[in-house]
Amino acid sequence: MNKTPNNKAWWLVLPVFLLVAFSALIPLMTVVNYSVQDIFDQNTAYFVGIEWYQEILQDERLRESLFRQFGFSFAVLAIEIPLGIFVALTMPKQGWQASVSLILLALPLLIPWNVVGTIWQVFARGDIGLFGWGLNSLGVDYNYTANSVDAWLTVLLMDVWHWTSLVALLCYSGLRAIPEAYYQAAQIDRASSWSIFRYIQMPKLKGVLVIAVLLRFMDSFMIYTEPFVLTGGGPGSSTTFLSQTLAQMAIGQFDLGPAAAFSLIYFLIVLLLSWLFFTTITHMDKDKS
Amino acid sequence: MSIIREKGSKRKALGLIAYMVFVLLPIYWLLNMSFKTNEEILSGLTLWPNDFTFDNYITIFTDASWYMGYVNSMTYVAMNMVITLLVALPAAYAFSRYKFVGDKHLFFWLLSNRMAPPAVFLLPFFQLYSSVGLFDTHLAVALAHCLFSIPLAVWILEGFMSGVPREIDETAYIDGYSFSRFFITIFIPMIRSGIGVTAFFSFMFSWVELLLARTLTSVEAKPISAIMTRTVGATGIDWGVLAAAGVLTIIPGVLVIWFVRNHVAKGFALGRV
Repeated sequence: MNKTPNNKAWWLVLPVFLLVAFSALIPLMTVVNYSVQDIFDQNTAYFVGIEWYQEILQDERLRESLFRQFGFSFAVLAIEIPLGIFVALTMPKQGWQASVSLILLALPLLIPWNVVGTIWQVFARGDIGLFGWGLNSLGVDYNYTANSVDAWLTVLLMDVWHWTSLVALLCYSGLRAIPEAYYQAAQIDRASSWSIFRYIQMPKLKGVLVIAVLLRFMDSFMIYTEPFVLTGGGPGSSTTFLSQTLAQMAIGQFDLGPAAAFSLIYFLIVLLLSWLFFTTITHMDKDKS
Repeated sequence: MSIIREKGSKRKALGLIAYMVFVLLPIYWLLNMSFKTNEEILSGLTLWPNDFTFDNYITIFTDASWYMGYVNSMTYVAMNMVITLLVALPAAYAFSRYKFVGDKHLFFWLLSNRMAPPAVFLLPFFQLYSSVGLFDTHLAVALAHCLFSIPLAVWILEGFMSGVPREIDETAYIDGYSFSRFFITIFIPMIRSGIGVTAFFSFMFSWVELLLARTLTSVEAKPISAIMTRTVGATGIDWGVLAAAGVLTIIPGVLVIWFVRNHVAKGFALGRV
């Protein structure tokens, strides 16, 4: 659609700009401010320049949680994207079954994140939880509060439970956009179900999959509440992801300077990803028109 | 051929059912537990409450410090929804219809806030809202949640608005409608499903968020999700009440999803499916 140039449109955008600026720019400036100062208490602070940045780049704990974070995010993508596509392909196309499965799918997405943590905390316990008890009685030695591999897998399983629905919903609406005539043509050609998937469904899904991958990557990159409730970051630091490490530094130990400096680096990583996301989507919109 | 296909669709249905069971099992377990007494929960595993009880729910509904948590959460979620829609509607219109200085940059900047890790902003948020005297009010949480609900709303609405042809605007102006009259009486009714979806998403993201809500409140506006941590007492965790409180937080989402079930995916894709 061709848009008319009109700078008066700024007046329509102004309220949004002011509101978001209040909640985004001021805190961001505060973080920048912290990151270049050494703060003892409310009134004593020294300017230290880039010292914190140098320090945190050497910090073993932060580097570890950054790697753990990347590992987790990639594991999340590797499971949720194929599973989401699979679920979307199996969903009924119309009727009450379609409505019911849509609503059931959306259910985990509507639960407050700490309740998601609580649900899995209860569900995975060996003594009172169905999942933990079931595994134990099958002879699997499973205990997410003591074993770090179990804890990591439980957090991963929880995230799969929580967010695969998002991927599935996106793919489902992508699939609905395919005209029925394509399938009829495929039937006449006696196409196998694999080639229907490969040559009809997959190309149509590309657009929504880009959105799904980027949203899932970014959101799993910021994960905080769910593992915090489920494992508290432990045992040891096996499930302490990046946000939690930062929150511990800033609020727990009051190491404001290093926490702020690393927050900014974290924010830059996310910003880079958002930019990627934004350009991909605008390109997609352009291709469409 | 048809036999093969039937077999395939049966296998498909089985796969879907298996996934749905995976989705529902943890929720079933929570529901199951919320109707049990603590003794039964801790004494052994039962798939169905032997000693069916509403006590856990009664505890929540008769204790002001519990049910006020729901009232608080509902209050700031509603405020957030209203603020978001009021400011996002004109802004989305501007983005969908006009070119103006810095529009692309502004759009990207808005989006980047949706992606900002909240943990980065916790302490500054606390200080900012304390310094303007908003700490521990519903408004503070509503405003803080605007940080991610507004960008999302602008995106979704812009997607819906771009689907409305420009000619409608122009015809209305030729017919002598003023901008505000056109916007309210013609344009808004045309995109009402988009508004519904947007309202749903600002509801949802504000409802599921805990970190900011907990940081910005202490007593007066404390959200239910923060109150839930109270069940950890001197005698251990009160599992029954915890489960009941969890079940009650799921219900609002289930109620509203029905209305937007056909548009959910479009909303999650920021209006771009």
